[in-house]
Amino acid sequence: MDLQTAAQINSFLAALVLLTAFGMLVQKRIYGLIHLFAWQGLFLSMNTAIVGFVADKHHLYISSVLTLSLKVVLLPYILHVLIHRLKIHKEVETVVNIPMTMLIGIALVIFSYHLTAPVRELSTLITRSTLAIAMATVMIGLLMMITRKHAVTQIIGFLALENGLFFAATSATYGMPLVVELGVALDVLIAAFIFGIFFFHIHTTFDSLDVEQMARLKEADSDE
Amino acid sequence: MSVIPYLIELLQVIILLALAPAFIGWVRMLKCWMQGRSSAGLFQPYRDLSKLFAKDVVLAENASWIFRFTPYLVFGTAVLAGGIIPILSVDLPLAPTADVIVIVALFAIARFFTALAGMDIGTAFGGMGSSREMMIASLAEPAMLMAIFTVSLTNKSTSLSQIVHVIYSGQTLLRPSLAFAFLAFVLIALAETGRIPVDNPATHLELTMVHEAMILEYSGRHLALVEWASMMKLFLFVMLGIAAYAPWGIAARGSFTAVPLALAFMIFKLGAVGVGIVLIETGLAKMRLFRLTEFLGAAFLLATLGMLSFFILD
Amino acid sequence: MAGFSIHSGSFSGYTFDAMRHAEIPFEWATAAFFLAFAGFAAKAGVVPLHVWLPEAHPAAPSNVSSLMSGVMLKTAIYGIVRVTFDLIHIFPWWWGAAVLTLGLISAVLGVLYALMQHDLKRLLAYHSVENIGIILIGIGLAMIFKSFDLPLLAALSLIAGLYHTMNHAMFKGLLFMGAGSVLHVTGERNMEEMGGLIHRMPWTAALFLIGCVSIAALPPFNGFVSEWLTFQAFLLSPSLPNSLIRLLIPMGAALLALTGALAAACFVKAFGVTFLGHWRGHHNPHAHEANWPMRAGMIMSALACLGLGILPTVFIDWMDIIAEQFTGTTIALSASAYGWMWLTPVSYERASYSGTIVFIGILVVVLAAYLLLHVRPGAIRRVPIWDCGFEKINHRMQYNATSFSMPIRRIFGYLFRIKEETELSPQPGHKAFPKKIHYHLSIRDRFWGWLYKPIVEASFWLSRKVGKLQQGRIQAYLIYSFVTIIILLVFLR
Repeated sequence: MDLQTAAQINSFLAALVLLTAFGMLVQKRIYGLIHLFAWQGLFLSMNTAIVGFVADKHHLYISSVLTLSLKVVLLPYILHVLIHRLKIHKEVETVVNIPMTMLIGIALVIFSYHLTAPVRELSTLITRSTLAIAMATVMIGLLMMITRKHAVTQIIGFLALENGLFFAATSATYGMPLVVELGVALDVLIAAFIFGIFFFHIHTTFDSLDVEQMARLKEADSDE
Repeated sequence: MSVIPYLIELLQVIILLALAPAFIGWVRMLKCWMQGRSSAGLFQPYRDLSKLFAKDVVLAENASWIFRFTPYLVFGTAVLAGGIIPILSVDLPLAPTADVIVIVALFAIARFFTALAGMDIGTAFGGMGSSREMMIASLAEPAMLMAIFTVSLTNKSTSLSQIVHVIYSGQTLLRPSLAFAFLAFVLIALAETGRIPVDNPATHLELTMVHEAMILEYSGRHLALVEWASMMKLFLFVMLGIAAYAPWGIAARGSFTAVPLALAFMIFKLGAVGVGIVLIETGLAKMRLFRLTEFLGAAFLLATLGMLSFFILD
Repeated sequence: MAGFSIHSGSFSGYTFDAMRHAEIPFEWATAAFFLAFAGFAAKAGVVPLHVWLPEAHPAAPSNVSSLMSGVMLKTAIYGIVRVTFDLIHIFPWWWGAAVLTLGLISAVLGVLYALMQHDLKRLLAYHSVENIGIILIGIGLAMIFKSFDLPLLAALSLIAGLYHTMNHAMFKGLLFMGAGSVLHVTGERNMEEMGGLIHRMPWTAALFLIGCVSIAALPPFNGFVSEWLTFQAFLLSPSLPNSLIRLLIPMGAALLALTGALAAACFVKAFGVTFLGHWRGHHNPHAHEANWPMRAGMIMSALACLGLGILPTVFIDWMDIIAEQFTGTTIALSASAYGWMWLTPVSYERASYSGTIVFIGILVVVLAAYLLLHVRPGAIRRVPIWDCGFEKINHRMQYNATSFSMPIRRIFGYLFRIKEETELSPQPGHKAFPKKIHYHLSIRDRFWGWLYKPIVEASFWLSRKVGKLQQGRIQAYLIYSFVTIIILLVFLR
């Protein structure tokens, strides 16, 4: 496949990654969030494989498979099990209402486009235009962590942020050295396990995973 | 001075008038099949319209001239819009009269006067329909404009004939901006034509109505004209979407022998779109009125993403 | 004044010619521009300096209100255009961006405030705020395009803004005159006490309807032409080199679309509640048609609205001198390139509109439909209202202004200070059917609290402090004069 088609497919997949990021931002149902996260991981791994094919960097194939197994299969499975065990069914409120979060998300995309303009001038890679999308995904992940009140959705926000960082690495420099990628993947896995353990503890203490409830921790401290 | 473009224009208007009820019949038939009921047939809307035309008009005592004038105006604007949107061919003499923004405005005239007619009689249901309809319209407009903006970015024009012409002569294949704009257009079309999940066109519970509530007091030939106009509105929105996003099949500039082929393509595309509409309508439920801000906000978001990805990715 | 005095700071005279040729360093020019703009904006009613508009316009007699809205506000626009394009003719893009942003905010807030009103003249006054916003959008875009050296686009935006100025004068004048005749005849200004006037005042209703259709930017009337030109100017913004503005301007276009749709909703409300339905008031109206001089005024405005809508190329030809002087090019050449019937602002392929043909087309089709289908004239029966079989309907069950705008109030309500109170006095035994319900709704402008109240309180505080100087004893005053003389002598040595 020639460079032009690859660039077009690359752009298309990047747009889909952004779409799933926004979808996660406005989605209220927890199962929907996990599914969108899985789709985002899938688009990301497809993108990495194509970049690896075109730029002739074979370690990107390994990253792609790693992303696929970790973010599309393993993590969503762990989250599913977690939610099932904790019997979380309710939708959760957001701090700001949904249309407002959408507008903030759009503002973040515009901001990240403006931010990455100098890089776009200098870079010679075919993936240079997707750097803005990657930055936007990072910021939308952060926005998701800020505007949601449920602990599980904050984790998913963190994972989306990590997705964005991975995407940024692929767009800017054709991926990080393999060692670094393996290290990051392992970190994410361990983080997921630790979060799972914490969730069980929090749930048994507070009987809910609403982070507003955790503000109560403050009063408990001052009592002692 | 060739007379063929005028003939094509006339043919287009006649096809619009003749086939719009058939399209609605097709959508209703598919819906019945999907829901396991037996349908009334493809031609039932024709029977409905002829029945209504034969009946007397029963007017409320305090109906004003606006109430009596609105059905003709709504019908007239739909026919005029049908003469402008390229359905069969790009070479329409009326096409330069209006671009996409004017077409949206023509439908806005129809909506304005229908809302006034809803308030004319002085019932609670009419006012309710008018107020809800104007709210939905005001939320759908920004999204609609953003989708038009995105299309005009890629095609460098807002005139529909020109857009089709550019798509034919260019190589616009896989552009994420147009894909986003198309999704946004689907959501907006659902809102503007009053389909599920925005409004249920088959409901008989007045408190769930939006469009039907405005035309509750109409009867006889007035009701026939209003119903026909809303069928034409759905047909024209589908045609608008096809012209802007998937126009292959429409006869290009100067080629008149391709018109019968264009007709065949049109019928095929209508059939496919009918299936799509029915899948959406059967799969979703009608949304609560104040949830529509999220629905139309999502349409605006998709259109804006389309616009942004044009600059970022193309 | 301060703006003009900065301008005259480094030069040779007070005439416009002299000011035009004066060379001013950039910071002073910025200060001059913003001071002059702030002054003119307050006069025009731009948010946040708009609070005087809804108080002043309704208080005046209606013919004066129509002049105030139609003409007085436009002198401010004249001032802005004169100062910016003529006297300070070189400016950076962010001045234009500031004007554009203020225009957008005024447009959206103006129409939202208008939707919340139930007093007809206050509603029209808030609409003036919105329309001034739209004019400023055109002017702001013109400034941005000019600062990037795109003269054709700048000319287009400027003409769009100026065309809207003319349109606004016509349709706002018409609407205020209509409101005036309603007020004159019924003695009421509150829409919620009116209704059904179309039967007793047919001419006023029809002419007011033309005003409503024009202001809602519907073809073939004039409001649509200026909105269309403004949208075309927005759609040409991708030619700008600066990437950040290129992304933000389409958001402005979306906001303009939102205002247009909200304005249409507002005027469905205004016309519907005032003229349609049944009389909502308590006492019997003695309404009769307005007399001929009032009608003549309204007819002239209505004809102007129609004319401006059908023949835009003629008017653009007249206005082009202004565009030529300020931006160096005219658009009339391209605008009427295809003859007087077609408006093609930039090029034929780009976009074209023919108001005349749309008007004739609608007329022809409607007449054809009427003649073909209106076959049996005797077949119309007049009956009591059906209302889905509900027989006990009375005039209080209709929608009025507050209830019509309720969905929009729910959605956009966080922009205002809204207080809603409902008191139910229940009936014993029937919990669900109270004996009496008292509903009170108050909607206030947030700008009073943010901007004006602090300023008012600060000035009261200051004057209290200064008031302490007024001792009442002669020695204190003599000491003040003595000290002042010594200070002056020291500084003037």
